[in-house]
Amino acid sequence: MSALASLRAMRRPAWLGPFVALLVVYVIFAIITPEHSFLRSQIFLTMARQSVVLGICALGMTLIIVTGGIDLSTGSLVALTTVVLAKMLKDGSSPVVAVACAVGVATAVGAFVGVCVGRFRLMPFVVTLGTMAVLRGSAIGLASEQKIDCDPHGLDHVLEASLSSPGIWIALGLATVVSLVLGYTRFGRHVFAVGSNEAAARLCGIDSGRVKILVYALSSLLVGIAGIMEFSTLTVGDPTDSVGLELDVIAAVVIGGAPLAGGEGSILGSVFGALLIIVIRTGAVHMGMPSWVQYIVTGVIIFVAVAVDSARRRRTRS
Amino acid sequence: MSQGARVLAFEGIEKSFGPAVVLRGVELEFGAGEVHAVLGENGAGKSTLMRILLGVEHAERGTMTLGGKPYAPRGPADARRAGVVMVPQERTLCPHLDVVENIVLGIEPAGALGVLRASEARAVAERALALVAGPGRIPLDARAGALSVADQQLVEIARALAQGGTSARVLVLDEPTASLGKSDADRLFERVKALADSGLAILLVTHFLADVRAHAARYTVLRDGKVQGSGDPREVAPEVIVHEMLGRELESVRGEADAAKGAAGKGEGGTGEGRTGEGRTGEGTAGIEAELLLEVRALRGVKKPREATFELRRGEILGIAGLVGSGRTELLRTILGLDPAKSGDVVARAPRGIGLLSEDRGGEGLMLGRTIADNIALSPRGPFLVSPRATHADGARWIAELKVRTSGPDQRVGDLSGGNQQKVQIARMVREDFDVLLVDEPTRGIDVASKAQVLELLRELARKGKGIVLVSSQLDELVATCDRIAVLRHGELGPALPATEWDEQKLLLEAAS
Repeated sequence: MSALASLRAMRRPAWLGPFVALLVVYVIFAIITPEHSFLRSQIFLTMARQSVVLGICALGMTLIIVTGGIDLSTGSLVALTTVVLAKMLKDGSSPVVAVACAVGVATAVGAFVGVCVGRFRLMPFVVTLGTMAVLRGSAIGLASEQKIDCDPHGLDHVLEASLSSPGIWIALGLATVVSLVLGYTRFGRHVFAVGSNEAAARLCGIDSGRVKILVYALSSLLVGIAGIMEFSTLTVGDPTDSVGLELDVIAAVVIGGAPLAGGEGSILGSVFGALLIIVIRTGAVHMGMPSWVQYIVTGVIIFVAVAVDSARRRRTRS
Repeated sequence: MSQGARVLAFEGIEKSFGPAVVLRGVELEFGAGEVHAVLGENGAGKSTLMRILLGVEHAERGTMTLGGKPYAPRGPADARRAGVVMVPQERTLCPHLDVVENIVLGIEPAGALGVLRASEARAVAERALALVAGPGRIPLDARAGALSVADQQLVEIARALAQGGTSARVLVLDEPTASLGKSDADRLFERVKALADSGLAILLVTHFLADVRAHAARYTVLRDGKVQGSGDPREVAPEVIVHEMLGRELESVRGEADAAKGAAGKGEGGTGEGRTGEGRTGEGTAGIEAELLLEVRALRGVKKPREATFELRRGEILGIAGLVGSGRTELLRTILGLDPAKSGDVVARAPRGIGLLSEDRGGEGLMLGRTIADNIALSPRGPFLVSPRATHADGARWIAELKVRTSGPDQRVGDLSGGNQQKVQIARMVREDFDVLLVDEPTRGIDVASKAQVLELLRELARKGKGIVLVSSQLDELVATCDRIAVLRHGELGPALPATEWDEQKLLLEAAS
């Protein structure tokens, strides 16, 4: 306990909490699984593969939550991306063009949300609640209410549970880039400033609206890439896919140490948050636990994360 | 008169918002190297004039010149490029960012792809901070939210200077000492003076006449959108300045105004005595101790207060003096249970409860976006069903009773001036009919006339049998208003002595020692 207290006394990095939680949960599963099968490399790779979509979405969501915003349309946008991609492939487009278009559509959606939030000062919660429904509807309409089968043109090999799969490396690369952007660029400083005290940022000549537009567009671009990864797993365009994904993404970011009030957050923390959720889910399946147990465990982890974070904040303040 | 060359001039500035004419031909000049105070009641047009100077608003008629050339900024960024920068009254740092990040916010030195040059940013911040705080006083890596209010204020000034770059010529300070204690304020003015000596023209917008007399080389009074007077504040009697600020209203508020601003020391004794006398007769309990309402014994909070003991009786105003950081607000919050108490007792014999008038009007005192009627009606008690008409009528009654200057009970509280907002806060407490009122900095950021009215309201409440604890950093205000005063020092509350035994110097000495 005293070791924990002295650990708290230091100004510890924000990602340390989620990292420790991840280790603890992983070790627990490794111990309780029969024959320690949770330590095998194949299950490790499976979890890595499963983390990709959630993780990439969490990168963008982190930016949004740092500005004090939220995005509820992530799941719908992933579904729409898979549908656009599948439809174009089916209509004979080359995979490069199809991917570019699918990601472009996602980015355009984000830019639209950004303009609503940044220029027209609409509440992000309400705007994205709207786009969530509109995008889901568009995806179902575009797919004529059914899954779209198509020749994946090799896109099904983008994301696999193997070290040679580019998907896992793309996700890691994106996480690195977004983390560097947030930490070491002018744009990154402005993202934090807008979330910390928007009036102050504006006073200093920062166009906070522009920052928000960029953040939502960038986040949706990342969601678009996550959609490509999702398609790689599904190999079909599925308009009813990823319902409720946004809640997992938000949970990952919150577990990662970003308060919904904005001004704080880290990419590394969110990545650990996403991994934590996937480890719990995979571990539970592996143990043959019913799905309701995963939900409860994930929920409890969110409570604990928020409580620990709030306790730490109170301590550093006094 | 002015020490340096004319840097900035306003000529015939006019501005109105709809039917309300705010500025009617303002003529003003500012010289390099001088601290020039701009005075005036709330609504006199000071803020609008500053907003025009900063390019936030645009004048309908008239011109400005800066350094001899026409100056018409399209926006704050434009003004900044021309070397005109401002430190607003509210704190505007980003609490999560560190000192360096705050100072270079919006002007971050960056290379290709917007990658930050950390060492360059640090150098910019260091240079700017050296101007206002001396090197090493404020840690560059500290989070802004963790700094004291006084240090945050210095960082804000450093930021304004850094953003003006090498071309900074005019620095506007809006109520820079409103949230500072005496010693912090003095230190700030020392720095401001040094900045002026380096050639900057400094515009000081403030309500504190004492500050103006001590630190400004010139003053200008605005009233009803026009310049009503100007001169050297050390040569002009404070009564004259107050007269210029208040105009015809002067006669009715003269006594209170004098007591409230405290620049004319002789006025206080008389007012104080008169009030105490009234209090006793009003109560009609001469010789008998009035009923005990609140007893605080060895109260200790998490960090502050460390030790507080006092009694409060019906009909009495107990003043609490203390520097910023002495734990004044924390004491009130701990008494009320808003902050946890670690040990000690609070015995309240107040059947109708204890009310708190918060120093943070916008933050927790009022719902700025709601109407006056809604704000006054806000209560944990009252009927289950609420009639909007009754609320409206109730609001109108209180507006009349407290003489709130407004277009009606449906006006948004956020649109009122500071003094009138304060009256709405008081109306809510009076409506709740609390026995004990804890009043925290009731006159912060409001003009002289409103100040006098607010203090008179408190006295009247005490006469009607309320017990009031008044926390204020305006020592003259305490001496003139309270029956007894105790000094809070580093979280420890001293004994409460009759106000007649205190004066400003004694209080300050006790609080600062």
